[in-house]
Amino acid sequence: MSKHTLSVLVENTPGVLARITALFSRRGFNIDSLAVGVTEHPDISRITIVVSVEDFPLEQVTKQLNKLVNVLKIVELEPTQAVQRELVLVKVRSDNETRSQIVEIVQLFRAKTVDVSPEAVTIEATGSGDKLSAMLRMLEPYGIKELVQSGTIAIGRGARSITDRSLRALDRSA
Amino acid sequence: MTEQATGAHPQPRPRSGGQSAPEHVTGAQSLIRSLEEVGADTVFGIPGGTILPAYDPLMDSTKVRHVLVRHEQGAGHAATGYAQATGKVGVCMATSGPGATNLVTPIADANLDSVPLVAITGQVVSSSIGTDAFQEADIVGITMPITKHSFLVTKAEDIPKVIAQAFHIASTGRPGPVLVDIPKDILQRKTTFSWPPVMDLPGYRPVTKPHAKQIREAAKLITAAQRPVLYVGGGVLKARATAELKVLAELTQAPVTTTLMALGAFPDSHPLHVGMPGMHGAVTAVTALQKADLIVALGARFDDRVTGKLDSFAPHAKIVHADIDPAEIGKNRAADVPIVGDAREVIADLVQAVQKEHDEGNRGDYTAWWKDLTRWRETYPLGYDQPDDGSLSPQQVIERIGQLAPEGTIFAAGVGQHQMWAAHFVEYDKPATWLNSGGAGTMGYAVPAAMGAQAGMPDRTVWAIDGDGCFQMTNQELTTCALNNIPIKVAVINNGALGMVRQWQTLFYNQRYSNTVLHSGPDDVNPDARGTRVPDFVKLSEAMGCYAIRCEDPADLDKVIEEANSVNDRPVVVDFIVHEDAMVWPMVAAGTSNDEIMAARDVRPDFGDNEDD
Repeated sequence: MSKHTLSVLVENTPGVLARITALFSRRGFNIDSLAVGVTEHPDISRITIVVSVEDFPLEQVTKQLNKLVNVLKIVELEPTQAVQRELVLVKVRSDNETRSQIVEIVQLFRAKTVDVSPEAVTIEATGSGDKLSAMLRMLEPYGIKELVQSGTIAIGRGARSITDRSLRALDRSA
Repeated sequence: MTEQATGAHPQPRPRSGGQSAPEHVTGAQSLIRSLEEVGADTVFGIPGGTILPAYDPLMDSTKVRHVLVRHEQGAGHAATGYAQATGKVGVCMATSGPGATNLVTPIADANLDSVPLVAITGQVVSSSIGTDAFQEADIVGITMPITKHSFLVTKAEDIPKVIAQAFHIASTGRPGPVLVDIPKDILQRKTTFSWPPVMDLPGYRPVTKPHAKQIREAAKLITAAQRPVLYVGGGVLKARATAELKVLAELTQAPVTTTLMALGAFPDSHPLHVGMPGMHGAVTAVTALQKADLIVALGARFDDRVTGKLDSFAPHAKIVHADIDPAEIGKNRAADVPIVGDAREVIADLVQAVQKEHDEGNRGDYTAWWKDLTRWRETYPLGYDQPDDGSLSPQQVIERIGQLAPEGTIFAAGVGQHQMWAAHFVEYDKPATWLNSGGAGTMGYAVPAAMGAQAGMPDRTVWAIDGDGCFQMTNQELTTCALNNIPIKVAVINNGALGMVRQWQTLFYNQRYSNTVLHSGPDDVNPDARGTRVPDFVKLSEAMGCYAIRCEDPADLDKVIEEANSVNDRPVVVDFIVHEDAMVWPMVAAGTSNDEIMAARDVRPDFGDNEDD
């Protein structure tokens, strides 16, 4: 199984996310992560889905997604030609003795300390999945009290925009 | 970066020209006006609390006929029967909650058989949605995986646009069911109506025009092949491509097999026709696919009932796969030449491309192939044995109904043995004369589907070929038929059992007939009931306003069918008491290879490759 990152442009209407997740579960495809948000055009949302499938089922995934009436466009982002980011917020146990060591780790990973209390430090970090797991491994010995992670979001490198053409399609039908 | 845009064609709009001046109406009036404008002449449904506002202006409509059914499932199947027979979009209507959930089966059925259907449901008032209100059901959510698309209307002014879009989506591309859910307060609200609305479907652009390069590739394969088969599915009927198909077949001289969904797409009587493929397909058709070196799939989807065990299906064949739904191509069987397009355009283009190959001297030589095909056809024709005890043979009943039927008769079948016999022993030479539930296998489809077909085609004879199991699921629509001047004819192929399940019990469960006997209860509960005719289908049908006859003696068969054909002022039901042990042959047992087809019980055809012979 290999991981694939799909950027799915959809009409920003109620129920779209339900249609997409329902399609994945009905056809037996697993979602590794999913992140959704509006784009530069308020009528278009962008869903970034990471799936673990072989190439052949991936083709079925994209074809079935394309059949959804609210789906405007699907682009697979190759890891080498895209920037992929996740966000984590992690609350680590700390005291006067360990706090400075933790802050050092935070700096090493170019993360941020966003909250401090006598017993804990809360850290915000963004990056690729690999970088974030490396950081979490370093923090683990101090005691992770709480962890929240976002889905992956991704954007292609270079000047090209994947929303251009879909915007034109939207204008045409308006 | 790999990109896939959802098609590239500009989307059609409902009509050219300017919009009509806005009129002040209610949401309900807007709905009925919209139905009139899209040309919906018949709606099958039942009113209830939340859809009630729509029924008031419906009463005054002179363009939309509403047929009051007895169960919402009947409304749904009637709409699909209407759609299959007329080629138009079928429409059904129901209230919220149980009314809407009763439509789930016909919607799923339409989805699997790609039937254009618009289902309109009432919904509880907007402010009550999500509160578990009386007769509330999340019908959009429930039907999400079984619809092509669905709408929950949130603004009364959207009604014309939503209805136009629903009909457009249902009927274009790969047809399918679309649900429109309208809360009661939206129907009651004051709004304006003008037509045509501007459609807003930026993500919906089905590709209909095939790629020229793929067509050329396909034509090359066809003329280079030695053992080609044209594997024709329901898409050819939906695209109204039967005339083009005949030209292609006669030009190439390749054998044609039509699936259960495609009967009538190519004349059964044509010398190039080798029968139906699949689990109960003709030996020649099944074997032709198995031995083919080229399969040209046209509007077909390599369904498991056609392929049998997939990894042993047609092992030597290259595949040309043409379908309007790109997701079907390569889904079950990899395609060597994928063609996305409307079957009519694909076949028309193929004709030209093959002609060009012929002109250049490239012509397939299928002489040896036809020698094999002819031998199989002569050795293993479809057939049946007469029962030893002098009782009626179900196959003969169905065969004679077909032979005595007036020109242009439409047949609708339920699901089970009688469906397979109706597929085999009635000759279909014209499109849209065979309606059945192929993908979903919905028992009870026949009576309401026949009703819908008859409502849409009042001048044709419509015969429902039903089983006694199926008939007991939906026969209440005979009342609807009797009261609405919809004079369908129903042949109940009554073997007192759930025949197809019983056949499997005979073959695979040591003749232990668990819960398949319909003419009696369990012996230990009510031994006296054994062999009784409960219910009495003749009395039952008469009670519903039908003309009803019983037939038990083969000597009466033709007379009874002629009698049924002569009554046209009300529905007719004939209770044919047939032999219970008749079985459907040929058969490929579930999960086995099509190479293991049995022509009849214990008869494995000899293709010269039987190792144990």
